Amino acid sequence: MKILVCVSKTPDTTAKVAFKDGNTKFEDAGVQWIINPYDEWYSLVRAIELKEKDAATVIHLVTVGAADAEPVIRKALALGGDEAIRINADNHDSFYIASQIAQIAIEGGYDLIFTGKETIDYNGSSIGGMVAELLNMPYASLVLKFDLNGNTATITREIEGGEEVSEIALPLVVSSQQGMAEPRIPNMRGIMAARSKPLKVVEPIAVDALTSIESFELPPAKAGVKLIDADNVAELVRLLHEEARVI
Amino acid sequence: MSVLIFIDQADGQIKKSSFEVMTYGVDVAKQLGTTAEALLLGKNTEDLSTLGKYGISKVYHVADDNLNNLDAQVYAQVIADAATQTNASVVIFSHNQTGKAVASRVAIKLKAGLVTGACALPNTTNGFVVKKTVFSGKAFANVSISSAIKVISVNPNSHTTTIGDGIAEVATLNISVPAPKVKVISVNKISGDISLSEADIVVSGGRGLKGPENWGIITDLAKVLGAATACSRPVSDSGWRPHHEHVGQTGIQVAPNLYIAIGISGAIQHLAGVNRSKVIVVINKDPEAPFFKAADYGIVGDAFEVVPKLTEEIKKFKAGA
Repeated sequence: MKILVCVSKTPDTTAKVAFKDGNTKFEDAGVQWIINPYDEWYSLVRAIELKEKDAATVIHLVTVGAADAEPVIRKALALGGDEAIRINADNHDSFYIASQIAQIAIEGGYDLIFTGKETIDYNGSSIGGMVAELLNMPYASLVLKFDLNGNTATITREIEGGEEVSEIALPLVVSSQQGMAEPRIPNMRGIMAARSKPLKVVEPIAVDALTSIESFELPPAKAGVKLIDADNVAELVRLLHEEARVI
Repeated sequence: MSVLIFIDQADGQIKKSSFEVMTYGVDVAKQLGTTAEALLLGKNTEDLSTLGKYGISKVYHVADDNLNNLDAQVYAQVIADAATQTNASVVIFSHNQTGKAVASRVAIKLKAGLVTGACALPNTTNGFVVKKTVFSGKAFANVSISSAIKVISVNPNSHTTTIGDGIAEVATLNISVPAPKVKVISVNKISGDISLSEADIVVSGGRGLKGPENWGIITDLAKVLGAATACSRPVSDSGWRPHHEHVGQTGIQVAPNLYIAIGISGAIQHLAGVNRSKVIVVINKDPEAPFFKAADYGIVGDAFEVVPKLTEEIKKFKAGA
């Protein structure tokens, strides 16, 4: 079993969101970078669990990013991947990124490709579907539970209006979310081992992005909270009806 | 060129978010001076000509049984074929579970630029620029699409449905539907409950409720308001409530008209999931809870006293209204 886990670096969930260069770039000064939580907590950890059941499993990690993505991918290796590939490119759209990952996937011949359901910075929810389409593979989106039985995956996924259990033969692209695995913390042995695991840098293939970010905006500031006395709940109901007009 | 709107359904029922994207698509078509057409896949017994009320001129219905369950690969092929046959230049989805599975595949098939999570109509005065939510609702990005065909998925609860008069022409398309590779074993519908991402009102509880046995005050209030229930991450991590109720940066992002937060302190990760709500009410016994800074209305008090009173007052209000 060969598994490719797609990882992305994202700002820490507590990072202040601000922009620079005329609101065209994310202000990254002082920002802590982490592995995108969906990639780490669910995709990677589930892949590691599969490897723990079947030692013949090989886990490769792939990221599209500049050299500053390497600390994050080393941390992912510390959790348990076997080797990592960094595609040396930065700041492009989802079509560009998916095309790069698809190229690695074609060369590597993977049975399973795990992506997070979205990154917590761009919120695209599109890499998994794009990679699946580029590879002409089925796509299990928004997966809550994932199990393997030989060459068939049994998944529970979120669909419109509920959850669905289904079976899909490999090869398969998955987008992972909460429920698939429990977050882990790398141990010292993993951190030491990660230092000597291969991290291959490859140059990107030529692809034209189809979208570009022109500018960012922050939401307008709130006017301030109107406090209502705990003994006068009826007043809140009146305000919600007459002033806010939401009930 | 035309605008093609994908209509999503569950159990043969067209979803609220699909009515919103119909209005969105009709508004885009008006901007571009073209017609808005819609596409519905799988079994449906409703009178689809009534979708004309939403401004749709033509509804294509492909009723093949292979489309009754979601296989993203099959759906994408049929939707892309339909877009090509109808000469669509913009294809619009809801950014719901189906849109997240399918829109990206359709974009690849059509060599189209994709913007997911759109929260406003595109700016077409100079190019084609779509505003979307980023950083899990903490900010917006204006994204320019350079390709000839564009694919957009629209955030639920971000575009108001408008209804007028009109009758849509109902047509079918000659599309061969491939056999699905996803074999469905079982489906667990959560019908009856109100879908969290589509709900107009959300009542949400945090650690301040002290345990799952106290959730009755949340569900009672939600019931009288016709609201969906939600929770903060510590609550779902502790197993008090199911994961699918977790609202926040790593859970669901919601944008209801009214979000009522009870016993939630308001960590930045939680605020990211709710700050597109129109009105936020916070009930917390700690006056220093950071959530008050993000709220429109607040009550400093014990949830176990305040919430049942609020439920009673809402009942009185509903009875009088």
